[in-house]
Amino acid sequence: MQAASALFDIGLDNGVLKMDAKGDWRARNLGPIDGALRDFEDDSTGRDIVIDVSNLEKLDTAGAMVLQRIFRACTKRTEVSKIIGASPAHAALLEQVADHLAPCAVEPAGRNAFLMMMNRLGKGVIDAYFASLEVLSFIGFTLSSAAKVITKPQRVRLTSVFHHMEEAGLNAVPIIGLMSFLIGAVVAFMGAKILRQFGADVFVVDLVAVAVLREFGVLLAAILIAGRSGSAFTAQIGTMKIREEIDALRVLGLDPMEVLVLPRLFALVIMLPVLAFLAAMLGILGGGLVAWASMDISPVLFLTRMQETIVMSNFWVGIIKAPFFAFVIAIIGCFQGMEVEGSAESLGQRVTLSVVQSLFLVIVLDAFFAMFFLEIDF
Amino acid sequence: MTANGLASDNIIEVRGLKTQFGEAVIHENLDLDVKRGEILGVVGGSGTGKSVLMRTIIGLKRPSAGSISVFGVDYFDADAKTQLDIERRWGVLFQGGALFSSLTVAQNVMAPVQEHLRLPSALAQDIAALKISMSGLPADAGSKYPSELSGGMQKRAGLARALALDPELLFLDEPTAGLDPIGAAKFDELIVNLKKSLGLTVFMVTHDLDTLHASCDRIAVLAEKRVIACGPLEEVRRSPHPWIKEYFGGPRGRAALDAKGADVGA
Repeated sequence: MQAASALFDIGLDNGVLKMDAKGDWRARNLGPIDGALRDFEDDSTGRDIVIDVSNLEKLDTAGAMVLQRIFRACTKRTEVSKIIGASPAHAALLEQVADHLAPCAVEPAGRNAFLMMMNRLGKGVIDAYFASLEVLSFIGFTLSSAAKVITKPQRVRLTSVFHHMEEAGLNAVPIIGLMSFLIGAVVAFMGAKILRQFGADVFVVDLVAVAVLREFGVLLAAILIAGRSGSAFTAQIGTMKIREEIDALRVLGLDPMEVLVLPRLFALVIMLPVLAFLAAMLGILGGGLVAWASMDISPVLFLTRMQETIVMSNFWVGIIKAPFFAFVIAIIGCFQGMEVEGSAESLGQRVTLSVVQSLFLVIVLDAFFAMFFLEIDF
Repeated sequence: MTANGLASDNIIEVRGLKTQFGEAVIHENLDLDVKRGEILGVVGGSGTGKSVLMRTIIGLKRPSAGSISVFGVDYFDADAKTQLDIERRWGVLFQGGALFSSLTVAQNVMAPVQEHLRLPSALAQDIAALKISMSGLPADAGSKYPSELSGGMQKRAGLARALALDPELLFLDEPTAGLDPIGAAKFDELIVNLKKSLGLTVFMVTHDLDTLHASCDRIAVLAEKRVIACGPLEEVRRSPHPWIKEYFGGPRGRAALDAKGADVGA
């Protein structure tokens, strides 16, 4: 393609400005002359102008707009100012754009940066307040729906519950198993190095068993489920919200709580204890193998030592926490899904929020449990 | 087929097209020409693959067999630079508008202008304002996000973006669906005006009989996996094919025809 350019000459004709537009006035060529044209326009506002377009080779809407803009700005007496020499096609273009010259804002109006910052801070605080109220009301709503459904068990959507048990529970077994196996091994390695200095090698059993049973097993399972299933819940429900499927459920007389939220909640509350148990067992396996390989503590010795010193309460502490974590993850995942609005961007934000909030709450809850069990000496 | 003009008159040439999703064959042995400077309306029942045909022509779906040439070039055989050149010469309005939801309307319209033309931003803004206004949106729509607009306004914003680069060829997927009748009539008028002043060629998938009457120069009817009739409205209407008879002879078809007759009489 030949490099064409947009050109113009300015002259005076009997005291009236005369502009001669030449060449290829299509959008792609207007960049270089835009600055000069704007300067000219500012200098000549309110004087009269005759624009001669007879030498124009090519014109598109952008070029026609620029010509019209200059013409408008520079017209004082309508009987003097005119655009002359337009071919029929160019005249049609010039006419086409004439009514559409009003500028429009590109972004919502901005304000003072400091005020905006304060505004965001205040909005953040108020939003956090209302968001926590909304979460609380969502929890209440979920619990009351759950109570309603449990009194009429035929209304539990079993297919859906089992589907989510498979999706969120069974399919997560390999990754959770592998992670907790590795964490158990790492804990044993760490303990081995320090305990050997005191000649207390055998205490590695206590370390691994207590750490994995009380904390790591359930926490690891919960963290993985929050990342894996909490985000999926938000994305699934959020997409349905965007596509108005939630509204469709409502107008069909189906309760979204019952159809979407409760099956996910039940599935997680059932599956997370199972996953926590599995994680604990594999963590101990990992720790035991490391103890055997690097410290010559045989599996028999490991198990005997465990039976002698580790009380059952350690196991229960881990498992009791699991349904609570599951509840938090399912509630936050579904709640954030329901809060999605309109756009793909909002969906992304909500999925992020869902994971961050459920991880945060799981860990806060874990800290409370730790204090609680310490106080009651369990 | 009715194609007997000069080959260079055809801005789109589809020959022996076959498209399929897995086992399901959508089009088979489909031929279609779009002539420079015309508005071609593509009609057909639901599921006859009107939108798929459009998506195949604009290169979003690869055909299983056959050839498609746009501006005399086969898109799928072209190198990346030629593909880009072609993409700059057409504008596409998707069914739902397909606006970028993280950008305001004006930024949506400016996006292709700034990406392809590298214009000063003041000029790009002026161009965006012009296209937004030409598409029939109020000036305050420019700073709004797509989620704040109604369906009809989103469609207009989508048109503004499709027109951003002054395309030679415009693809419209059901442009008037979801618009109120007044808005739809204005939309038709806008397309015809743009065609006249810019020399646009328009490929329009539509269900709207009024649009067919008001703006289309020729109509292509999709059925039985191919184009069963193609020509001016009067010619296509006389086709004996049962679907075409039902389409134009049904209550809505007759109403639209009556309205046109009344216009001519007045």
